[in-house]
Amino acid sequence: MADGAPVGMVQFTLNGHSVSISPAVGERLSTSLRDRLGSLDVKVGCNAGDCGACTVLVAGSARCACLTPTHQVAGQAVDTGAGMVRHDPLTQRLAQSFQDHHAAQCGICTPAMLVAATALLRQVATPTEMQVQDALGGVLCRCTGYRRIIDAVVALGVGWQAPPDHGPVGTGTRRVDGWAKVSGTEAFGDDVAPVDALVVQVIRSPHPHASFVLGDTTAFLAANPGLVAVLTAADVPGINRFGVISGFIDQPVFAEGVALYRGDAVAAVVGQADAMARFDPAQFPVTWQALPAVQTIAAATADGAPLLHPLRAANVMCGGRVMCGDADAALRRAEVVAQGRFATGFVEHAYIEPEAGFARVVGDTVEIYACTQAPVMDRDSMAAILAVEPERVRILPTAVGGGFGSKLDLSVQPFLALAAIKTSAVVRMAYSRVESMQATTKRHPSDIQMTVGATRDGKLCGMVLHGDFNTGAYASWGPTVATRVPVHGSGPYRIADYRATSRAVHTHCPPAGAFRGFGVPQAAIAQESLFEELAAQLGLDPLEFRIVNALENGVPTVCNQIFDQGVGIKACLIALRPAWAAARAGVAEFNAANTGYRRGVGVASGWYGCGNTSMPNPSTIKCGLRSDGTLVLHQGAVDLGQGSNTVITQIFAQALGVPMAQVTRVGGDTGQTPDAGKTSASRQTLVSGNAALASATALRSQVLRLCNADEQAVLQLGNGAVTAIDSAGHHRLDLSRLTPDAEGYVLTASGHYDPPTRPLDADGQGAPYSQFGYAAQMAVVEVDLATGQTRALHFVAAHDVGKAINPALVEGQVQGGIAMGLGMALMEEFVPGRTENLHDYLIPTIGDVPPIDTIIIEETDAHGPYGAKGLGEHALVPTAPAILNAVRHATGFGARSVPLNPALVLQFLQASREPGDV
Amino acid sequence: MSYLKPQTLDDAFAALDAAGVSVVAGGTDWFPALGDRVSDRSVLDVTALPGFRGISRIGGLIRIGAATTWSDLIAAPLPPAFDGLKAAAREVGSVQIQNAATIAGNLCNASPAADGVPPLLTLAARVELVSAKRRRILPLEQFILGPRRTDLRPGELLAAVLVPMPQPWERGAFLKAGARRYLVISIASAAAVLGVDRGGVIWARVSVGSCSAVAQRLFALEQSLIGCRADALPVVTADHLAALAPISDVRASADYRLQMAGVLVSRVLAMAAQGDRQHG
Repeated sequence: MADGAPVGMVQFTLNGHSVSISPAVGERLSTSLRDRLGSLDVKVGCNAGDCGACTVLVAGSARCACLTPTHQVAGQAVDTGAGMVRHDPLTQRLAQSFQDHHAAQCGICTPAMLVAATALLRQVATPTEMQVQDALGGVLCRCTGYRRIIDAVVALGVGWQAPPDHGPVGTGTRRVDGWAKVSGTEAFGDDVAPVDALVVQVIRSPHPHASFVLGDTTAFLAANPGLVAVLTAADVPGINRFGVISGFIDQPVFAEGVALYRGDAVAAVVGQADAMARFDPAQFPVTWQALPAVQTIAAATADGAPLLHPLRAANVMCGGRVMCGDADAALRRAEVVAQGRFATGFVEHAYIEPEAGFARVVGDTVEIYACTQAPVMDRDSMAAILAVEPERVRILPTAVGGGFGSKLDLSVQPFLALAAIKTSAVVRMAYSRVESMQATTKRHPSDIQMTVGATRDGKLCGMVLHGDFNTGAYASWGPTVATRVPVHGSGPYRIADYRATSRAVHTHCPPAGAFRGFGVPQAAIAQESLFEELAAQLGLDPLEFRIVNALENGVPTVCNQIFDQGVGIKACLIALRPAWAAARAGVAEFNAANTGYRRGVGVASGWYGCGNTSMPNPSTIKCGLRSDGTLVLHQGAVDLGQGSNTVITQIFAQALGVPMAQVTRVGGDTGQTPDAGKTSASRQTLVSGNAALASATALRSQVLRLCNADEQAVLQLGNGAVTAIDSAGHHRLDLSRLTPDAEGYVLTASGHYDPPTRPLDADGQGAPYSQFGYAAQMAVVEVDLATGQTRALHFVAAHDVGKAINPALVEGQVQGGIAMGLGMALMEEFVPGRTENLHDYLIPTIGDVPPIDTIIIEETDAHGPYGAKGLGEHALVPTAPAILNAVRHATGFGARSVPLNPALVLQFLQASREPGDV
Repeated sequence: MSYLKPQTLDDAFAALDAAGVSVVAGGTDWFPALGDRVSDRSVLDVTALPGFRGISRIGGLIRIGAATTWSDLIAAPLPPAFDGLKAAAREVGSVQIQNAATIAGNLCNASPAADGVPPLLTLAARVELVSAKRRRILPLEQFILGPRRTDLRPGELLAAVLVPMPQPWERGAFLKAGARRYLVISIASAAAVLGVDRGGVIWARVSVGSCSAVAQRLFALEQSLIGCRADALPVVTADHLAALAPISDVRASADYRLQMAGVLVSRVLAMAAQGDRQHG
């Protein structure tokens, strides 16, 4: 070897230190760095160069470690994100800028972003936005929408103003957990297992529908040294089924005899890491018999279609319905009517962190460390699968590298637990990108038919909608989608006469489950597109048409729910007026001066009910004071990157009356922290925020009572004491004189919150949510008239979030949601068996998301903590229809499906072009 | 099984004679093809072979070493006829890919969507193939035979790409259509190099990628361009694109690909027509 190291050894310089290892021939540098050298900041998101999460510097130049043979870097310098944050002042400053700009949300892509940006900044000290995009174009981010990342890198050249670390509600503080993310030290699902753990790999169906017979697994193990166990349905001691909704627990851990989708698990193999690295799943003894598959709603509901679940006739799993007034009569009365049938496909969550974790048996308890959005649901599902009491299962959530709904469902957890029990060993697994895309849930494809009318005065008059949703092989969150769509299908508008129905239909496709919006984004595409057509028929400005019809306080929703406060949609739409007028004038000017391209401006609204629909949805938050004055917040709401750790800490600190920095957090470990519910449905700010507020208020009362201080007292915490300062003076409570409980707390308090809702009746009338959040977004696009391709140029987003607890986090949600909505509108469609990787399935890159202006509307809500509302899902609901409406404004083409197909745009343009016109 | 990184061609040929050796340069196609498993073959790393990396001028040729990366190519001072090749280099994956991926890897991988092939065709590139027994030089269009299929024979390595030295006033152009800005496999791509003298086209090379099993030169179009004024190029017609046979897949339909090819060809011609012997 040229580097002079002994044969088989490879020596190189890692983050300034000489290292010497013996990699396998052809080993990926990412594997060497993670498994042999402990550089866990080098993330593996795809093993194919598609995501860039493993970016490192080799001799100063950015490379994907997953595509670099370790032997090739012999004698060279390799630098990683975390390493450079430690020893390179430039990267350190960059990390600080990322933290200050909220450029990291989940943090999984952040080390790679820092590496790519460091390489740029060493060449160009004051980069432009375009130079940043070119340099960072190879690293995907699914959370931020990239704009804050661009800002953070550009700021290195031009300087920036740092936000505070703490501040009252309403302050855009830094993230309380941000430094771990930007310094690359955050531990995600694949970063926590002991290095010598056994490795688990699932054997999955290669067919959408097949019967199968397992072969001789004993002989298989004997023939494959290093493999130690095979798991099948026979190894499941409890119920071989899991799910998320009572009555719909239908997905097997291991299929028995028949697999219902490509990716369905049939067995798992456990073995030593080196043996598993070479193990080819095709060698596993199983015989497949492919069966006829129904993969579309039409095929699955056709006469004679094979039933996926015998008790679900015609493959219809469930439906939903909301009805008020007389929609048919209103449509007959309407003076203009628009109707259409709209289609959307599967959308993949495409978080950069594939599912991963490890498990071990400790005493009589199974401990499962994994990335999850729902630790207590995981615990309870696992208890049923293992046939043990829930207390015998401990879920220790790792940091989550993006979730967006899919990590609400079990993925690696049952395989890990069963393998740990069977082998009595520590076991780990990480899904490959292909496996993650094949096996985990997706956004539901939709087939929505809608008719909506209006009268000449511009008032909506009647709406009928029916939506069919392809829910895949198993239920997952399909029932939620079927319920939510009729409730939200009207959009945030007054429609007195309304009938909406939905069906969730099983197919031999991956289970469709929760994905940011639960079906509402699909319905919004239909509704907002047809509103655009109504406005055109009426000759009304599209924005003003929406303002006229927007819901207001005291006006009933289609569920006949009447909010007497907190309805902010009209304020959102009105806030867009200046930008709307300027953009419409701007594109008119552009279009007058250009022939090859046309620009357009579109608007759309969205709303989203926070929390479960008419169902209990509680959170409990616990806190305690130790005798040394340490204040501990047991915060079980999993932070997926959206910022609940920060928001809940901010609410808690304010209610207690101490600085945020004095709060020590304990995360969602089910062994230590009460149930704060799942992180979904935009519920954590509302529900867990209220629970945190209640726990802080209870602790404060105890302190004030013990100090004998009045309600208005200012608390000071420190040196083993709390001091309450009121008009009567200083009251000191010496914590060391109090007796600690079993957990070491001298004072402890718990807060609980369950939002007030009422059940929906057979016509969907009731009070499904305690609050809605509202949004209106405006998109400016440019269409290439020769290619039909659309590029987004600018967004303005007005969001009513009630009191913005942390405005910087609000902007982060809006920008990330818009990027995801843009992907749905323009490029994303998952096709089972065909787009199971991140080069065939495309998500937006840093070059695809244009500038986004966020307008925060604070129509405070009576139920929210300090008046706050939830936000996560709202951000992408209006985006796709705003883009489609902008395309219509530019070209006249009214899309009926997403992703927008440039070929259809082109066909329309060619058909509508007059003869002789060029 | 071993990782071989020979410093001499003789050592490389000896390694090639052993069965089951994977030739690896940048690794950007080799690793993804493995999926998530570890290879069970020996690896022959060709990046340290003499003359395999770097760009040099030899007589009337520009010689691009096989293991020259796309980033090397972008940074190299080259005549404007190479502008299309440089533009293609900037479109190969991402910066991380361009820093590792090599020009020979792009050719030997023989993807119908290879970004490097259309501009190299318009540069009349040839490939230099070496083995223990002989050295042969082939026009690029004879080297790539089909999807994932080349004329590379057992015991052979692609050592370099050879491009006849263009005139300083000739200009190249390349464009690619994809569904997003970065990290995208093309729906269609097009490249052109034009020779323009006093406002008239005196010769032309035009090619299209991703619209046939192997990127194609459009000879009929090239012929019809000769004698045209550079500022009034003819409209690209279906006849000009007759050599193409696009497929439909998840990225685009065949029909749309063909339309894109026409649009991209028109645009690269307009860009390439900017160069002029007299006025360039």
